[in-house]
Amino acid sequence: MNGPLRKVSIFVALMMAALLVNLTYTSVVRQESLLEHPSNRRVRDAEFSRDRGAILVGNDPIAMSVESGRASVPYQREYPAGELWAPVTGWFTRVHGTSGLERQYTLELAGTASTQAVNRAVDLLTGRKPAGANLQTSLDPAAQKAAMEALGDSKGAVVALNYETGRVLALASTPSYDPNQLATLDTKAAGERWEALLNADDEPLKNRAVREVYPPGSTFKLITAAAAVESGLNPTSEVASPSSLRLPNSSHSMGNSTNCGGETTTLEQALATSCNTAFGKLGLDLGADELQAMAERFGFNTEPTVDIPASASRFPTDIDQAQTALSAIGQFDVAASPLQMAQVVAAIANDGQMMRPTIVDNVLTRDLQILSANSPTEQSRPISEATAKQLQQMMETVVREGTGRPARVDGLTIGGKTGTAQTAPDRPPYAWFVGYAKEPKVAVAVFIEDAGVARDDISGGRLAAPVFRSVVQALK
Amino acid sequence: MSVTVQPELSGDVIVYRRRRNVELALLLFAQLLGLGAWGIAQFNVLGEFPPSWPVVTGCWLGLGLLAHLVVRWRLPYADPVILPCVFLLNGLGLAMIARMDLIPTPPKTDATMQFVWTALGVAVFAGVAVLLRDHRRLQRYPYLLFLASLLLLLLPLTPLGVELNGARIWIKVFGFSFQPAEIAKITLAVAFAAYFYEKRDVLTLVGRKVAGIMLPRGRDFIPIAVMWSMALLVMVFQNDLGMALLIFGLFTLMLYVATQRKFWPALALVMFLIAGVAAYRLTSHVPRRVASWLHPFDDFDANYQIIQAQFGLAWGGLFGRGLGDGRPGLTPLGKSDFIAASIGEELGIVGLMAVVVIYGVIVSRALKAGLLCPDGFGKLLAGGLGFVLALQVFAIIGGVTRLLPLTGLTTPFMSQGGSALVANWLLVAIVMVISHRARMPQAATATPRVATTDDETQLVMR
Repeated sequence: MNGPLRKVSIFVALMMAALLVNLTYTSVVRQESLLEHPSNRRVRDAEFSRDRGAILVGNDPIAMSVESGRASVPYQREYPAGELWAPVTGWFTRVHGTSGLERQYTLELAGTASTQAVNRAVDLLTGRKPAGANLQTSLDPAAQKAAMEALGDSKGAVVALNYETGRVLALASTPSYDPNQLATLDTKAAGERWEALLNADDEPLKNRAVREVYPPGSTFKLITAAAAVESGLNPTSEVASPSSLRLPNSSHSMGNSTNCGGETTTLEQALATSCNTAFGKLGLDLGADELQAMAERFGFNTEPTVDIPASASRFPTDIDQAQTALSAIGQFDVAASPLQMAQVVAAIANDGQMMRPTIVDNVLTRDLQILSANSPTEQSRPISEATAKQLQQMMETVVREGTGRPARVDGLTIGGKTGTAQTAPDRPPYAWFVGYAKEPKVAVAVFIEDAGVARDDISGGRLAAPVFRSVVQALK
Repeated sequence: MSVTVQPELSGDVIVYRRRRNVELALLLFAQLLGLGAWGIAQFNVLGEFPPSWPVVTGCWLGLGLLAHLVVRWRLPYADPVILPCVFLLNGLGLAMIARMDLIPTPPKTDATMQFVWTALGVAVFAGVAVLLRDHRRLQRYPYLLFLASLLLLLLPLTPLGVELNGARIWIKVFGFSFQPAEIAKITLAVAFAAYFYEKRDVLTLVGRKVAGIMLPRGRDFIPIAVMWSMALLVMVFQNDLGMALLIFGLFTLMLYVATQRKFWPALALVMFLIAGVAAYRLTSHVPRRVASWLHPFDDFDANYQIIQAQFGLAWGGLFGRGLGDGRPGLTPLGKSDFIAASIGEELGIVGLMAVVVIYGVIVSRALKAGLLCPDGFGKLLAGGLGFVLALQVFAIIGGVTRLLPLTGLTTPFMSQGGSALVANWLLVAIVMVISHRARMPQAATATPRVATTDDETQLVMR
């Protein structure tokens, strides 16, 4: 009977080998996807209770990990001025993921980025507890506070950039929320708060500054004007400004909401009065391709380069003439984030050079060693320096004597453009103001979705320009 | 047909080395490993060694010493590796259960209970070693043992039984739950071995040839077929598919080893496939098991347990989170059916592989005892018990690691649960007795010769 017994032992050996091979397979092939699975509580909880680095504005943390006193969850995330900085930090939750800088820099904050491999090895050898890196941001607390306060109870957003470096100085979105309530160790309370925020009518979890896109309205005329100047026009060129522009192949026609000052006017005056028919006609003359090319040179239809999760702005493709005329004044399917419009203004103010926008200057270890840095880099040159200078001249006219007068700040050179974008007949239009100040070198986009005021009182100049003023004055 | 002749006894005597001191050293090492695992896990969770450590150390080492002394006294020639391996697995299981006791507040005391069961298991081991001088005494009562097995299997269907996790396989007596099938697994193995040993020649040689295959006579085959099918039917009826698989495997192995005909395992495979397809078509829970094996993530809630086990294994990685530093509490039944996943999470893939290899060592030693054993009953029994252990490990660890669909079986010596632990200690005791008999000094036999001439030879039936 030994013969069969020997064969049985081979069979047994094969069974054991199958177990070992399968374990190897689990480790080599399945492990990674299992660890990345969103429902893996082990990974989620470990990330949640990690000693993450702080996010710093100046020397003050706006997000930091503090000891919780609980053995199972040793660290807890804390936001000293939660609502003020929530548009930047984002939320950090156990169950509902992360957003904002917490998401963008999660590896660095957790200390698990590949750039931190050496530090991890040193920590392991020296027996020091592993800790994540800190983020040094370029944000300006005064500007942020001014932006949030000026927006007040309205729904809206503000983005302020140093146009020479691309550094973000303020990134505001209202209404805000308190990320502390979502980061609490009390999972039940956090879940209830999350549900409440998610279902709130004013949608506080939306980051209106970078994650949402809206019709830019008349602020888009800057891009139409840029295309016109690049094609040979100058501020004094005569352009047609009829009281009504019939849209080709359509039963509709475009009218003006302001007095353009006659059947013809100069390009400069058309921008100052925000003349719809003049820019609609310019758009028709330039053509859809020319407009689309200029918009894309400013960053439309491309992935955002900013170091925070952001959405791409859109300029429609394959459009007919009527749609081209509407797109030229920032209506139809044109949609831009406030960040995108701030970048457009920054490129114009920076003589045609667009810098890559950044929020984080440096990623620092706890011993202040720089792990990585975002030095100012040129992203593109959408327009020539000459075009930029002429656009600046026109934008300064807008603020000096046009629709942008409410944005004037004594002693500062300000250029800007208002916008009042129609959405649906049953909801109030969006109010925009985009502009720059020469000293300090700042480009600001203000967007107000809904301020709760009467419809007739809504205009970019009346609602958004004062916010711009507050932010610039805070930076002065 | 050639006839094997009785080999002549040579003058030589084969004497195996007893190696009891080696066993003692290995045993001490194995026990310290279990004790260390317990201490480290407790320290990592509590931040201090539990104040009960001198008592635990004393009881644990005392248990090992007792088992070793009994072996020295009654089974001096038994294989020296089996006992340390069993203590290693048992200790690791205890450490893991004690570590998982600390997860809820207030902590549970399952490990204390499991330790009592371990002591009972060692007592059963010692009892068998002392009382069962020769395994061949078990050969006498195949029908009685079969009846006893059937009674054990039927016990859960009496008012004593309780239903747990969809299977009615437990009984509750004086507050203790007990799984009679675990004992029946062993009594059936003995009954099968005894029957097949008695009938192996008639099963092989007498019968009709149909399509080139020798079919045994009904009177030889029907009794065992009835026994086998009754046992299987009871288990299928109780929804205990894991145990049914073990008994099916055990029966097939014994039939194959006794008759030496490959036809039987081939037939068994075909029957298994047919039964599998039928179960897949006709029942609702078999397709569910198969789906949760192949596509667990299609239904997260229904396959929560197997998914958590996979997450645990991934979280453990190659070397594990360390004892006490993982999250095995997230996997339901992490102390019993899924203890392999808990081990994998805290000791890593490497640790779980080591456990599989230790099982492999125990099984190989049992099969080796079968090979060495001079009598056919011992060969059948040792081979059968070793194979059943291997099959059980394969089914449960394979199920937990998604090599196979999951069958509800315990992980031998490690899972929380008294009946399985005591039964497996009983199994080891019988294997040790056979091993002792097999390795006892005995007269060497010359190689059997095949009679080719018309010599005056004696025809032997044994």
